[in-house]
Amino acid sequence: MAMVQPRSTKYRVLASHIGMLAFIAVILFPLLMVISISFRSGNFAAGSLLPENPSLEHWYLALGIPYTDADGVTTQPPFPVLLWLWNSIKVAVVSSVLILALSTTSAYAFARMRFSGKGFVLKSMLIFQMFPPVLSLVALYALFDQIGNHVSWLGLNTHGAVIVASLGGMALHIWTIKGYFDSIDRSLEEAAIVDGATTWQAFRYILLPLSVPILVVVFILAFIMTIMEYPMASVLLVDTDKLTLAVGAQQYLYEQNYLWGDFAAAAVLSGLPITVIFLYCQKWIVGGLTAGGVKG
Amino acid sequence: MIRVFLKWGALAVLVAAALYLILALYLQREFVFAMLFLVLTASAVAVFVSKKLYAHRYIFPAIAGMGLFVIFPLMYTVGIGFTNYSATNLLSFEQVKDNLLSRTYQSEAVRYDFSTYRTDEGYVLYLEGEQQSLATPPLELASGESRAPLFPVESAPAGEPLQIRDIIKLRQELSGLTLVTDDNRELSQASLRSFAAIHPQFTLHENGTLTNNQTGETYFPNHEIGFYVNGKGEKLVPGWTVNIGWANYVKVVTDPSISGPFLQIFIWTLSFAVATVIFTLALGLLLANLLQWEQIRGKGFYRTMLILPYAVPAFISILVFKGLFNQNFGEINLVLEGLFGVRPDWFSDPALARTMILIVNTWLGYPYMMLLCMGLLQAIPKDLYEASAMDGAGPINNLFNITLPLIIKPLMPLLIASFAFNFNNFVLIALLTGGAPDIIGASTPAGTTDLLVSYTYRIAFQDSGQNFGLAAAIATVIFLVVGALSLINLKLSKVKV
Repeated sequence: MAMVQPRSTKYRVLASHIGMLAFIAVILFPLLMVISISFRSGNFAAGSLLPENPSLEHWYLALGIPYTDADGVTTQPPFPVLLWLWNSIKVAVVSSVLILALSTTSAYAFARMRFSGKGFVLKSMLIFQMFPPVLSLVALYALFDQIGNHVSWLGLNTHGAVIVASLGGMALHIWTIKGYFDSIDRSLEEAAIVDGATTWQAFRYILLPLSVPILVVVFILAFIMTIMEYPMASVLLVDTDKLTLAVGAQQYLYEQNYLWGDFAAAAVLSGLPITVIFLYCQKWIVGGLTAGGVKG
Repeated sequence: MIRVFLKWGALAVLVAAALYLILALYLQREFVFAMLFLVLTASAVAVFVSKKLYAHRYIFPAIAGMGLFVIFPLMYTVGIGFTNYSATNLLSFEQVKDNLLSRTYQSEAVRYDFSTYRTDEGYVLYLEGEQQSLATPPLELASGESRAPLFPVESAPAGEPLQIRDIIKLRQELSGLTLVTDDNRELSQASLRSFAAIHPQFTLHENGTLTNNQTGETYFPNHEIGFYVNGKGEKLVPGWTVNIGWANYVKVVTDPSISGPFLQIFIWTLSFAVATVIFTLALGLLLANLLQWEQIRGKGFYRTMLILPYAVPAFISILVFKGLFNQNFGEINLVLEGLFGVRPDWFSDPALARTMILIVNTWLGYPYMMLLCMGLLQAIPKDLYEASAMDGAGPINNLFNITLPLIIKPLMPLLIASFAFNFNNFVLIALLTGGAPDIIGASTPAGTTDLLVSYTYRIAFQDSGQNFGLAAAIATVIFLVVGALSLINLKLSKVKV
């Protein structure tokens, strides 16, 4: 508690509360609006924040169930949202597992072993990390086109390609895990090695069990980052049933085919789980994100 | 023992698979990719065989991933920037030559009326000529390319020929059919009633020139521009990929229909990135200060609410804004019309579109800055503020004389990273405006809200010309900017390895 308080403090506290609440109201307006729109009937209906005639039609369609309205007209779901969500989750889980496994082993080497070129490699990774993959999409496209001619499950329009391409962005995760390993005292492992354990055993049975928290964080971070990846997936994936959510979602809002209400339900349905995961894990995620400076 | 076998066996299988891929690429004359995988395989074998490189085994997969998907594409892109690689110049010289030599044309001179007969064994095509009539053996007609022999016959086969409507039904099967006479002339369908002889369109001469057999014109391969050209300067499409030196860069500087939009987009990209950093920082710092203030209760609630824009996946919230800002059905315009009676056209007016982008990006970005500032503010000793309060300083004085000077140093690398990120904020533009409204008078797709990244993306993937070379040249310019920024960043943040 500060000892010296100006007399006007009470009013300033009150003003801050009012200001922040007003600000939060403005900030949350889009999010509340989209929830409200998902319950309105029709794709062009205007109305208040609390829909007067709530309807579940968009939710039926988002869940892939054809909807029949009061006049007996049946609407088919416009897009396979659940399939897109499943694609996204599939790609994100496999990528995150691979990223976690590979960046943990690399981080171990960077934290514990001495070898030539270590500092150089670590620094170059930080630099190359900043180059956005959008810029080399032509090259990535050509690369997967070539690979796909010989290894079909890694070619264009496959999830394999998206998963493998995500392995290019491990530098951030390696740095995060390495930082954690650096903070763990290495004497335990050294004792084990003196007792005849191999380097691999020291890593597997001593260091790994101690680092579970950071591994969880990196997994969640990698998961969220691959779920949200847009540019690469948009070029590599073509077929409607192969798309990830990030690529597919925009198809709702084409000028010629404007499905605002359907989009709202799909957005809430798919965005909510990710938002909840993020909020639940924010304490850990924030540390990792602020260290690397990703996401704007 | 078994483990050793397994290890070497697995390695041998992987190496064999990799060598197969390399060989296949080499045979297809994809030398760059063959080389890439050769280097990759060789270093993998070296790392996993050599005892000296034991530590490198751990880092190899990560480094290889980075090399394959970040560094190689980067260098490849820089390389493409010096070529004319585009929709018209996709192939290699050999492929273009093969493509042109495989072209055919139908001569008007040799033409037969034909009729089709259905027999028990299949279809028989009967070609009626003035001196000599020809017929095929019974054929199983299938769609796609097929060839069939022709033999001289005395008279038409027995039975009634098919009606024209049945021939129309067979149109796909007939159009792919090439008939070969016994003296090796080739015929293909010319119309619903006739077959005509086909000839190769081009003849290749020893000196590398091509003659068009139909018109008699001669085309010379021009390796400067990657096209076959005749005396009048007419080009044959497709052309092939050639190195054109700095031509793409020269075009960016001198061609007014490219340099104008490029400069405009470059300035907008810079202002967008700077404005975003300033707005998000100002808002984030203000909120962080309020949240740090001991008098404020309910911090947990405020914090969660304020973080919410950051927690919602960006690709969803950007699309939500796209809908909310829609001129006719958007809720924002409904509110504005209700309050002030205006309906701004957010997507067609350049200034409004840019304003909208900045509003959306500030919404997206301020929680990150807030979180950063909250961390840094905690590190400032409280007694500094005590002392300033004793001296009667207000919040503004505190901000500029205590807070900012203390946090600016650790904040700087993060601000630069944020600048670099927004400089290349492709997802925002691609999903929100797609670059619209367009710049008038540009020869490539260019919009007033395009950032340099989305501009290159559109040149490469959305323009019908697909000018990959030009896109890669502009991408190289961005690489230089990003590279410089990250080097500065590395210096500022004093990374310890």
